[in-house]
Amino acid sequence: MPVITLTIDDELISGREGETLLQVIKEHGISLPTLCHMEGLSERGGCRLCIVEVAGSPRPLPACTTPAREGMVVRTRSERLENYRRMLVELMLAERNHYCAVCVSIGHCELQRVAAEMGVDHVRYEYLSPKLTMDLSHERFGLDHNRCILCTRCVRVCDEIEGVHTWDISGRGVKSRIIADLNRSWRESGTCTSCGKCVQVCPTGALFLKGAVVGEMVKDPTMLARVLEGREKKEWEG
Amino acid sequence: MNPADLHAMAREEQARQEALRCRIMVCAGTPCLSAGALAVLDALRQAVEESRLDAEIEAVSTGCMGPCSRGPLVKVAVQGKPEIVYERVTPELARQILYSVVKGRRPPTASPLPPDHPYFTRQMKIVLANCGSIDPERIEEYVATGGYDALAHALHEMTPEDVCREISASGLRGRGGAGYPAGVKWNLARKAPGERKYVVANGDEGDPGAYMDRSVMESDPHRILEGMAIAGYAIGADQGYIYVRGEYYLAGRRLEAAIRDAERKGLLGSRVLGSNFSFRIDIRTGAGAFVCGEETSLMASIMGRRGQPWHRPPYPAQRGLWGCPTLINNVETLATVPAIIGRGATWYAGIGSTRSPGTKVYALAGQVETAGLIEVPMGTTLREVVFDIGGGIPGGKRFKAAQSGGPSGGCIPAEHLDTPLDYESMERIGTIMGSGGLIIMDETSCMPDVASFFLDFCRDESCGKCIPCRVGSMEMHRLLRRITSGTAWPDDLRRLEELCDLMGATSLCGLGQTAPNPVVSTLRYFRHEYEAHIRERRCPAGRCTMAAEQEPGPGGKALLHAVGVPGEVG
Ligand SMILES: Cc1cc2nc3c(=O)[nH]c(=O)nc-3n(C[C@H](O)[C@H](O)[C@H](O)COP(=O)(O)O)c2cc1C
Ligand code: SF4
Ligand code: SF4
Ligand code: SF4
Ligand code: FES
Ligand code: FES
Repeated sequence: MPVITLTIDDELISGREGETLLQVIKEHGISLPTLCHMEGLSERGGCRLCIVEVAGSPRPLPACTTPAREGMVVRTRSERLENYRRMLVELMLAERNHYCAVCVSIGHCELQRVAAEMGVDHVRYEYLSPKLTMDLSHERFGLDHNRCILCTRCVRVCDEIEGVHTWDISGRGVKSRIIADLNRSWRESGTCTSCGKCVQVCPTGALFLKGAVVGEMVKDPTMLARVLEGREKKEWEG
Repeated sequence: MNPADLHAMAREEQARQEALRCRIMVCAGTPCLSAGALAVLDALRQAVEESRLDAEIEAVSTGCMGPCSRGPLVKVAVQGKPEIVYERVTPELARQILYSVVKGRRPPTASPLPPDHPYFTRQMKIVLANCGSIDPERIEEYVATGGYDALAHALHEMTPEDVCREISASGLRGRGGAGYPAGVKWNLARKAPGERKYVVANGDEGDPGAYMDRSVMESDPHRILEGMAIAGYAIGADQGYIYVRGEYYLAGRRLEAAIRDAERKGLLGSRVLGSNFSFRIDIRTGAGAFVCGEETSLMASIMGRRGQPWHRPPYPAQRGLWGCPTLINNVETLATVPAIIGRGATWYAGIGSTRSPGTKVYALAGQVETAGLIEVPMGTTLREVVFDIGGGIPGGKRFKAAQSGGPSGGCIPAEHLDTPLDYESMERIGTIMGSGGLIIMDETSCMPDVASFFLDFCRDESCGKCIPCRVGSMEMHRLLRRITSGTAWPDDLRRLEELCDLMGATSLCGLGQTAPNPVVSTLRYFRHEYEAHIRERRCPAGRCTMAAEQEPGPGGKALLHAVGVPGEVG
């Protein structure tokens, strides 16, 4: 693929045509906060944390869905960006019920980690405090809507990697919910293969292994990479 | 059918109409229908039949005539005499009107609208030229007005490149909201490599109070089909879709019938008008989501997926439906096309403002004497629209502001009444043309309350894909509710402005990016009203009810649930 040259944070950097800005940025060791992005899944562009300033665009653009182009001038850090990112994290925390102290994922949660990295120690917006349920019907897994940030990693991994599309979203706006099949309980889902991929890719404490108590739900971030690598090498054939 | 047959069909229908002594037209647009137009039409038809006048008098149902708030409307066109429009017609009045026509007298009690009423004389109708004067369910009537002539001309005398050049030269800009030059888009789609291409007419029209596109679809469906076919020829597409929102039942039905008739006559389908060009059109019905009017959601919806926006680029003209180049234009944009091809780009470019040529259709609503559908040249001032055409504010009240562009737009205060209505001038004063909604407000409107109404609409319509719009709109609405109920703190105003900025800058699609506009523009012109609500806990317009107790600010509560302690996090 043809090589392209971009300026990122005042440095000339090369990438390949067809890559996203996020790929180029990451290959060069610059870190950007991301939540809906996951290596190996299609991009969504929903959390907006990976926004960067691109010369010529009045609005910051999400690096994960913006194609890298020759000659782009990009800035990954600025006061404006940091402010926006902090506000976005605060909004995520205000949307549902994030009481980290009693959460299965405390200490291992990606949302909590980006919040801490950005120095978000309180939320300036009103907590929406919706009254949400948990789905504990599955034998081994649980879903707690209170911790879900609607990143759809579970939806995408189930559809794109496991190939069954058990999960999807119902409703719209703040009424959006993750549902199994056409809104059945997880146990009754006729499609779920109980592979557990969704649990491993979920960035928060929304999807977890039953039996985990506070702070015990440690996700395996290498799972998806191993599956994809195994597939590439055709390890499970023959 | 070839062009000669088309002309023969036009002449035949013209001759038929000229042989009649009188055509009595009953408006059957949705507003008039809901005011009882169907009973009026039935009464007329029955009276015509009873008095055996069928050979000389015809009662026709048409689309919207314009002054919808005065419906049901009946228009009488006696051969060789000027047309007369009657307002608020009942079945009884309709019969009177008919008998008076027969006797050559004026009806005793029905009140005609004066033909020199500025509502009629100040308008210029290109898109609405046939609305209210032809039967939308008879293709012959459209053809008799010169319909499908432009298509025949394009197919037989122009190359696709010529057509695109003509559209570019006309300066036509997209009427769906953003005002993007149509010619540029057409050329992009024409040049985009792809074996299949598509044309999409966007008839989703989700803005509250807007019904420009619905009226064209209901009143003159063939104009849209002709525009789409010309677009198809110009970009090399053989398939078009009209996306109509589900609530527009009548529009959908009339379009469906129109497509069928046009196919039967060889004006759509294979080898259109004896040329090598084939073009089919299908209707896709939406399920009433505002966001589905956004072009990437609209395409997802047409392909049967969840109607959620997708990041651009790639733009639809590069990669659209099923990955193929797709030209998406608003219904009004496409309905302008036959006139441009028929009468030439120079004619069109000479109308309106230099950078915004042509005419624009508005749905004039709210506190104005005559509400309805109007079409005026670009650059007409708001004052002319409200006071000359609309007849001013009822009840001797004062004009306060107009909301233009629906929930993505902003307000125009009294001091800017002389602003020409065109893309640039409106943007300069902090609002947008949008799709053409104009809601007029008098002194009894409370501006924070108005902003809250529009924001609530967007909050409800947010698809939920991105955080700033999904949660930001909710938080903004909460803040506005605090303000309008007198429970807000001074700090809330800053929080509100910060959220406006965040949503505008970081939302994924136009819905979230523009949702704060009503708040931003009312803050710009009516900040004192916000401050009165907050500092004095008083609504200057006397509309909001103030709560007895002030609530603690959200900042206080939030600290209770502080996130995990930084440093401890792995
Ligand atoms: C939230 C949202 C809603 C929209 N709704 C409509 C609509 O109802 N009708 C429409 O023609 N365009 C709508 N648009 C604009 C379309 O995305 C698109 O720009 C337009 O159809 C292009 O046509 P034009 O170039 O002829 O204006 C909407 C855009 C957004 C962001
Ligand atoms: S999901 Fe993460 S942020 Fe939410 S409560 Fe659990 S640990 Fe905290
Ligand atoms: S359950 Fe987890 S992975 Fe799925 S959308 Fe919610 S937060 Fe994302
Ligand atoms: S801005 Fe709103 S409507 Fe648009 S993608 Fe984001 S959530 Fe959906
Ligand atoms: S990671 Fe790019 S928007 Fe979420
Ligand atoms: S619907 Fe009858 S005048 Fe508009």
